[in-house]
Order: sequence, then C-alpha cells, then structure tokens
Amino acid sequence: MSMPIVWMIIGMGVVTYIPRLLPLVMLNTENWPVWSKRMLSRVPYAVLGALIFPGIISVHENVWFGVVGGVIAVILAYIGTPLIVVVGGAIAALAVMTVFL
Amino acid sequence: MVIFCGIGGRMVEVTYDNGETSALKKGIFDGLPIGVGYMPVALTFGLIAGSTGLTVAESVLMSMVVFAGASQYMALSMIALGSGALEIVLATFIVNFRHLLMSASIHERAEKSSKKVKALYAFGLTDEVFAVASTKSPPVKSGYIIGTAIVAYSSWVLFTAVGFFAGTVLPYFLQESMAIALYALFIALLIPSIKKDGKIVIILAILGGAFHTVFQLFMSTGWAIMLATIVAVVVFEMFQLVGKKEVQAK
Repeated sequence: MSMPIVWMIIGMGVVTYIPRLLPLVMLNTENWPVWSKRMLSRVPYAVLGALIFPGIISVHENVWFGVVGGVIAVILAYIGTPLIVVVGGAIAALAVMTVFL
Repeated sequence: MVIFCGIGGRMVEVTYDNGETSALKKGIFDGLPIGVGYMPVALTFGLIAGSTGLTVAESVLMSMVVFAGASQYMALSMIALGSGALEIVLATFIVNFRHLLMSASIHERAEKSSKKVKALYAFGLTDEVFAVASTKSPPVKSGYIIGTAIVAYSSWVLFTAVGFFAGTVLPYFLQESMAIALYALFIALLIPSIKKDGKIVIILAILGGAFHTVFQLFMSTGWAIMLATIVAVVVFEMFQLVGKKEVQAK
C-alpha cells in the first residue's frame, strides 16, 4: 500500500464521518421552536423523493426499465410485502425484461 | 412472564434488554435489501478501483474507512485524472456535506442513547441506512440502526473485494437489473409512510424529487439532494402557513 493513498483514504474517511457524527452528538434541539422540529421530521420524505427522482429514470438506457421497476415496487410495497421481497421483485421483473427485449 | 413477576424499574429493564436484541435482529433483516442493493455498486467499484491502479488492499481499505459510494467513485475518477490527495479529500467533504441534514433528522427520531453508541452508528449513516432508519416510527432503537448499518457495511466491503478480483461476477442481465434495487428500496420505504400519513408524504416526496431534478442540472449530486430537501421542506411549510391563514380569514 502506498502511504500517500492511505493518508488520502483516512482523510476521506474523516471528512465523511464528521457530517454524519456532529449533529447526532452535538445538537440540543430541546429548546428549538416547534416549527423547526416539525421541518426536521419531514426531511426523510423529501430526501426519499430526491433519492428516487430523477435517478430511477436512468437505471437503464431504456427509460421503461426504471418505470416498470418503479411500478412493480409500488404495487409490491402497497400490498405490504417485506422490503426484501419488493427489491427482489423489481430486480426479477427487470431481469425478465432484459432477457426478452 | 416478565410482565407478571416484574416490579417497577426491574420489569422495564428486562423488557428493554429483550427489545434491544430484537431491535438488532429487525435492523439486520431490514438491512438485507440494502446489502442486495450495494452488491452491484460495490462489485463495480472494486473492478474500477483495480483498473484505476489501486491495489486490492487500498480498494478494500477505502470501502472500510470511507463507506460512501458516491465519493468513492468520485475519488477513482479524480485519481484517474491525476488530481491531488487534498483536492480529493475536499471534494469528498463537499459531496458528503448533505449528511449533516440526515444526521440532524435522525437525531430527532432516534431513542436517547449514549454518545458512544451514537458515534458508532453515525459511521454507518449512508443515504440508504438513513432512509431505512428514518422511516421507522420514532423512537428508533439504536440497535435497529446498528443492525441495518452492519449488513450494509458488510456487503459494501465484501463485494468491493470480490469485484476487485472477479469483476462483475453476476451474469450481465442480472447486474443490469440490480441497478433498480436501491430505487425499489426507497419506494418500499415511502409507500407505508404514504399509507399512514397520506398527502403530506406524497407532496414532500414529489417536491424533493422535482427540486432535485432541477438542481442536479447545474450542481453536483450531493449538494443537489441537500438543497432539494431543504427547499422542499421550506416550501411545504410556507404553503401550510398560507393555507392556515386563509382558513382563519374565512
């Protein structure tokens, strides 16, 4: 292992860890106004939306792969199947599409 | 049994311990789809790391120490371009800045626990681990987050090594189809929240996705996700305030 690369990796690790760590151990939100806590509690849903779009459209050169995979996932999740089944189902659907298209 | 024989604090303590073990198990179970989703991404990372000139030890070390997909890929392309180490570290910081927001959001939802425990699971707070943990109804158990993170981390590190030696061991059609995995996971996390809280969740997700679609056109994806999230939440809050005022005026 070359030492400059190792130091670079350690540096990357530190700057990745800091933003994940600091709010968790330093924030004291007890006296924060209600509206700010309310907004923080809504962050996950906005993040999920941003993580899905627009990325899902470009999982394959053919946009329909993303659309079909997304719809299958919505249906499986809606009927309450476990996370792993939703993921497996979407993969299986696209695998079938890849074979036949 | 515990319920019948336990008295006061002791009973709480016993049920708490049992809860921790099952929380860890539940976390591991819910981490499995992340493990599956990381597989193709880590395999490809290992493969490209090798062709970029990293040794297997360096590639695996990067996955073990950094544990952040987007910035590791970015580091590889920067190494290939001949960028300096400092530049790469700085770029990593910028890409991962968004985790401030996710960490703050988990802070509100996680159960109270010691700083040591929080420091432990903070290391594993990737976008995906955050997504799984934060869609649990609060208070989210520390054990649950740790369990989820362990599976995600193991998959990431293991398949980086496999990818280095074997490349994409998966048959081509499967490797391609597995690109949908993480998106399917995000959808699977969103739907139960929509069923539970309805319109609020749908609107926030659509706003987040729409703003991200616009922002990613002219900024790097780490910043685009963070900014899209902030704008979505603020816009939603403002619309709600306006809505309330109108109701009051009537």
